[in-house]
Amino acid sequence: MDSTYILLQQYWWFIISLLGALLVFLLFVQGGQSLLFTVGKTELQQKMMLNSTGRKWEFTFTTLVTFGGAFFASFPLFYSTSFGGAYWVWMALLFCFVIQAVSYEYQSKKGNLLGKKTYQIFLIINGVLAPILLGTAVGTFFNGAEFSVNKENLMEIGMPVISSWDNPWHGLEAVLVIWNVCLGLAVFFLARIQALLYFINNINDEEVDKRSRKQLIPETALFLVFFLAFLIHTLVQDGFAVNPETKEVFMQPYKYFMNLIEMPAVLVVLLVGVVSVLFGIIKTILPGNWKKGIWFSGVGTVLTVLALFLCVGWNNTAYYPSVTNLQSSLTIENSCSSLFTLKTMSYVSILVPFVLWYIYHAWKALDIRKIDKKEMEEEGQHTY
Amino acid sequence: MVENIDTSLIDWSRAQFALTAMYHWLFVPLTLGLGVIQAIMESIYYKTGDPFWKDTAKFWMKIFGINFAIGIATGLIMEFQFGTNWSNYSWFVGDIFGAPLAIEGILAFFMEATFIAIMFFGWNKVSKRFHLTATWLTIIGATLSALWILIANAWMQFPAGMQFNPDTVRNEMNDFWAVALSPVAINKFFHTVVSSWIVGSAFVVGISAWFLLKKRESRFALGSIKIAATFGLIATLLTAWTGDGSAYQVAQKQPMKLAAMEGLYEGGNGVGLVAVGILNPAKQAYNDGVNPFLFNIQLPKMLSLFAERDLNGYVPGIINLIDGGYTKNDGTVAISAEEKIKRGQIAIKALADYKRAKKDKDEVAAQQYRTTLEANFEYFGYGYVRDKADLIPPLGLTFYSFRVMVLLGGFFILLFALAVFMERKKKMEKAVWLQWVLLCSIPLAYIASQAGWIVAEVGRQPWAIQDILPVSASVSKLSVGSVQATFFLFLILFTVLLVAEIGIMIKAIKKGPEFEKQSN
Repeated sequence: MDSTYILLQQYWWFIISLLGALLVFLLFVQGGQSLLFTVGKTELQQKMMLNSTGRKWEFTFTTLVTFGGAFFASFPLFYSTSFGGAYWVWMALLFCFVIQAVSYEYQSKKGNLLGKKTYQIFLIINGVLAPILLGTAVGTFFNGAEFSVNKENLMEIGMPVISSWDNPWHGLEAVLVIWNVCLGLAVFFLARIQALLYFINNINDEEVDKRSRKQLIPETALFLVFFLAFLIHTLVQDGFAVNPETKEVFMQPYKYFMNLIEMPAVLVVLLVGVVSVLFGIIKTILPGNWKKGIWFSGVGTVLTVLALFLCVGWNNTAYYPSVTNLQSSLTIENSCSSLFTLKTMSYVSILVPFVLWYIYHAWKALDIRKIDKKEMEEEGQHTY
Repeated sequence: MVENIDTSLIDWSRAQFALTAMYHWLFVPLTLGLGVIQAIMESIYYKTGDPFWKDTAKFWMKIFGINFAIGIATGLIMEFQFGTNWSNYSWFVGDIFGAPLAIEGILAFFMEATFIAIMFFGWNKVSKRFHLTATWLTIIGATLSALWILIANAWMQFPAGMQFNPDTVRNEMNDFWAVALSPVAINKFFHTVVSSWIVGSAFVVGISAWFLLKKRESRFALGSIKIAATFGLIATLLTAWTGDGSAYQVAQKQPMKLAAMEGLYEGGNGVGLVAVGILNPAKQAYNDGVNPFLFNIQLPKMLSLFAERDLNGYVPGIINLIDGGYTKNDGTVAISAEEKIKRGQIAIKALADYKRAKKDKDEVAAQQYRTTLEANFEYFGYGYVRDKADLIPPLGLTFYSFRVMVLLGGFFILLFALAVFMERKKKMEKAVWLQWVLLCSIPLAYIASQAGWIVAEVGRQPWAIQDILPVSASVSKLSVGSVQATFFLFLILFTVLLVAEIGIMIKAIKKGPEFEKQSN
């Protein structure tokens, strides 16, 4: 195979991994929603919280859409197999995001039909279910799903569908695999930790600050339980390896552990990421008034998730394995777009740093003035 | 046992996509139109420093925000439905179709998401210039996102810049610019965006007329009408121009859609355009000899002029397209639908034989089958079509939607011209009848916009990708019950949210703009 093509496949898996990592970081918006009534005890505090993380909801949404679009463009076989197969998981996730999209804008508006409380409940549903579902779905990258792919079905005029799900649950069965759920819960508690750190950084209110710091401890404990359980299990389990010569998929003991050993750069990224997350949390919990935890935790989250995605896709690994039909498993090689498309898309991806640059500046311009009671009470200002 | 796709699965999947698309399109045109209008208003504020225009822009931005949120929600579902409900499609053309979607995300959505936050929350946090830039970049981002998704849609109507690869069993892009700059894509983009400006203008003019009827905030109402009516008039004229281009492209690339739009069964030279008409419900089959119209008034030779740029140009009808035998513009003789189906089946069989020969490592045979496949690939999608009559799109819906769209388009040219005239002559405030007409015209703009999409999408059935893949071969393998369940869940959810949106808008409009003391 053309070495440029191989390079572009790896490059696009890196882009997908980066988008996935940014998405997990941006789930702090969901984390904030799920904490609405835990940290916010008065209506004003809740309003500050909604206006703190809430003003970033469009970034999470956009990253999700771009993650989907980039997956479609670079690995269309995943798009058709997973979305068309694990129908109910993805649909549940989409419903969660639909109710979120309107809730920020509608909850405080008069004439909103369902009442403020309903929209806030929508936000909590999204805040709880979206990270759990997303984490559980990504868990199947490590633990497999039940599907078959046969491209020759396209020649069957009556039933030309190439990807089919091998059980009637269409993705719901993923929640029966404890390790998928572990990842889902780890993502959920991580999102809540990020939100607490963001509140501490972004809201000028003593009580919210105090309560956020206190809440960090149980959230961190629960995050560590689920994350370490998932990580340790992943490193010791048999993984879905690909024979680089025959392209045959087979089970290899300690595959993901070996991937980290064989790709030391990825291992370093993972370790730096985990340490950075823990540093951001612990220094915030310790006495003092340190508010920069979100920076360390945020960067650490991106690095950790990036490393996990790279670990499951690079180094001759099947990133979306089928447990019912091993040879149907998806690898970055058998599921990617053509050389021409990957090359064209790569030119577009050169603009990504520019996009990140203007996002950074716009975000900074908005966050330069912290959220406070005064802003919430100002007349004529657009607030949630 | 030979398995077959359940036709009700196809219909429910279509219904779900249509439902999502139609709901989505209730919100997008207002975003695109209102976005430009509010940006013009803020630009006037920036130039004159008059706070009246700032407050006016802020009022329309409030409405924009209410509408924007639900537009995003429905748009998300649309993107993922390509995978969830049209998985075969996603594989077969994902190599081409996915690229515009990804570019849309990277280049347009982030621009929109970033600057809309500044637009809403940045009034007291950033400079006047930065804020104005953010407002314009929000609407430019929204328009760019329309560009990329419309390029993707246009590609489905006119697949270009690609080649079928039998080894990967999918179509692969080989010319990005042929996809991005195809005449269908360019025309579709301009026609869709400028027609969306009509919706935004009709909305602003209509709501402003309500304020005049209520004798409230007259400076605000007249100022808004002045901008929106002028903008609307320009938009309607551009829509008519791009609509003509669109019809020409349909005639050249999708003649069956044109025939359905016109209810044209027997084609010919110098064909007339049906101005108004009622289809004959007694007509059951394309070849039953029954007159397709109960009544119609035609503009002589006009269809030939629009379709071929020649008063005596030849326009094929449904019968001609099914039976073939007429001479096409390139000088070749059109083959019949039966022949196309046969050649499509040959292409599919050649692909199967090619794969088998490859597996058996018989390169000579593989090359022969590949040659056969390539010779017949133009008709690949026809191989999945069971009956030639299935190639005719739903006629009534296409025919009437087209007329509704065109007639309402003409109506809005007159309406905006009148509004501009009355406003300039300072007679708007007293023309109560016109204020009522403007208010009642808001839903008509939405109907016209929806009708346009019905023509575009229903008129191209049964194709997901013109001539390459019918919807029956595009669908995901799901139980009908699953798709029915999500259809009704979406229906309930979207309807509730739409009612909520309208309720919030009405409250916000009734409250009216909030002016600083010196501005009104």
